[in-house]
Amino acid sequence: MLDSIYGAIALGLIYALMALGVYITFRILDFPDLTVDGSFATGGAIAAVMITQGYSPWLATLGAFVGGLAAGACTGLLHTKGKINGLLAGILMMIALYSINIRIMGKPNVSIVNMDTLLSPIAKPIGLFILVLLVAVLIVKLLLDAFLHTDLGLALRATGDNSKMIRSLGSNTDTTTVIGISLSNGLVAVSGALIAQQGGFADSTMGVGMIVIGLASVIIGEAIFGARTVIIATLAVVMGSIVYRIVIALALRVELLEASDLKMITALIVIIALVVPTVRRTYKQRSLARKRSAELLAIPAMDKGGKS
Amino acid sequence: MLELKNVSKLFNPGTPDEKVALMNANLTCNSGEFITVIGSNGAGKSTLMNIISGVMKPDIGEVRIEGNAIQQLPEYERSRWIGRVFQDPMAGTAPRMSIEENLAMAYKRGQKRGFSLGVTSAKRMLFHEQLQRLGIGLENRLSAKVGLLSGGERQALSLLMATFTKPQILLLDEHTAALDPARAELITRLTEEIVREMKLTTLMVTHNMEQAIRLGNRLIMMDKGKIILDIPHDRKKNLTVSQLLGEFQQISGQQLADDRIVLG
Repeated sequence: MLDSIYGAIALGLIYALMALGVYITFRILDFPDLTVDGSFATGGAIAAVMITQGYSPWLATLGAFVGGLAAGACTGLLHTKGKINGLLAGILMMIALYSINIRIMGKPNVSIVNMDTLLSPIAKPIGLFILVLLVAVLIVKLLLDAFLHTDLGLALRATGDNSKMIRSLGSNTDTTTVIGISLSNGLVAVSGALIAQQGGFADSTMGVGMIVIGLASVIIGEAIFGARTVIIATLAVVMGSIVYRIVIALALRVELLEASDLKMITALIVIIALVVPTVRRTYKQRSLARKRSAELLAIPAMDKGGKS
Repeated sequence: MLELKNVSKLFNPGTPDEKVALMNANLTCNSGEFITVIGSNGAGKSTLMNIISGVMKPDIGEVRIEGNAIQQLPEYERSRWIGRVFQDPMAGTAPRMSIEENLAMAYKRGQKRGFSLGVTSAKRMLFHEQLQRLGIGLENRLSAKVGLLSGGERQALSLLMATFTKPQILLLDEHTAALDPARAELITRLTEEIVREMKLTTLMVTHNMEQAIRLGNRLIMMDKGKIILDIPHDRKKNLTVSQLLGEFQQISGQQLADDRIVLG
């Protein structure tokens, strides 16, 4: 039991990088980027192939990052320059990447079991593993926070918040969009590279459903920890990813459920996380409106128009 | 100096909905002029603003700033010369970002945006000082999200963001129209102060005839995509609203039709 929780925390930390990527597109750019399913496997594929060819795991992970950047840039360009609907641009890249990933690997999957990876020297004991991952993920989070507070980062955030405004202030929103999607998929690919190194293989289907998992992490994190500022929001995303993995680990211990039910459970978590706040908000607003109307009715018409 | 030469712009060309937005419009604004723009519905006032700022490109004709033809430059490249306040108070600010972050973005108007910190303590002091000029207490709420501000406060902030880097041209597109009278008055007063102090070349579209006459030092009237009346400062001083409406009728042969018009 405890072992599976520790394992879930470690996995959650690795997937947190992917969730941070999803946060950049979904929350900051307000761009529903489905490239993620493809670029996650691209990261895994590049890292696994480079490691089997004898490159250092560091270089392999860096290679994965660059591959993700490129994949994201393609989606961004399709959307901004090709004027393709954002969802469709992501889907097109995701499908294209499926073939590209098999090309990269030369076959549908590559094993790196028993090879030296970034994670193999620290994999045991699990406490150390979690600690190292935690520090690494927090460093990435802090770097991202810092970036989002630079002049370029502000422009990126404004692109998702009010693109008309930031254009009128002299930012090319096409460029900021491409940068954002690119960076997002770079992080996703690094996450894929680490998952491949942790699991000992890369597979062309390893990214299937990844976007929903990323979204689940973002939503769970925001629901529990809030998103008042960027710094809190990115922390929430990391925590959300861990909580998601723990929930899944616990769900899989229920006898009724099988491992293949995982994606359905994920979809359910996202659906619940999306629907519940909406219903609650509607209900709250209705009761507030009712209360205010009653209050206004109770006040005699003496100070009409007094407020500005 | 801003010049428009023989500028034409069609909407939906070649379709049954074809509409002339601007037809051979010519305008020369000298440095430091504050021009108010009035006109009937669909006269081309907003198109004029959009053509100058680069949101739209003219079908034919030239737009020049300081003698350089800029009509092919995209909006984000023109912004180094042009500050703009929109009618919608929501349009000029980013709601999920703080007041200081919004100002930091405006501070970088037209400059390259790199990896240096957006809000520094030096800039924060500058923002504090600038916000004080508005006199509505925003200087004490630097880290508040702009989405929490009222429409009037957001418009005041937009005005500051459009002007405090001293752009060569300021475009105001009915920027008080969506506000209640008290807030509109505040924004009008701030506009007057800022334009006068910074000597900004300004074009202001308004539906308020009285305001159009009272503010600025030149008035132009548009109809059917053309500038039909151009009243210089000395004549404008003694102009009345009824004279203005009379002139419109005489030139265009019809009543000024504007469903949002305010006679003042």
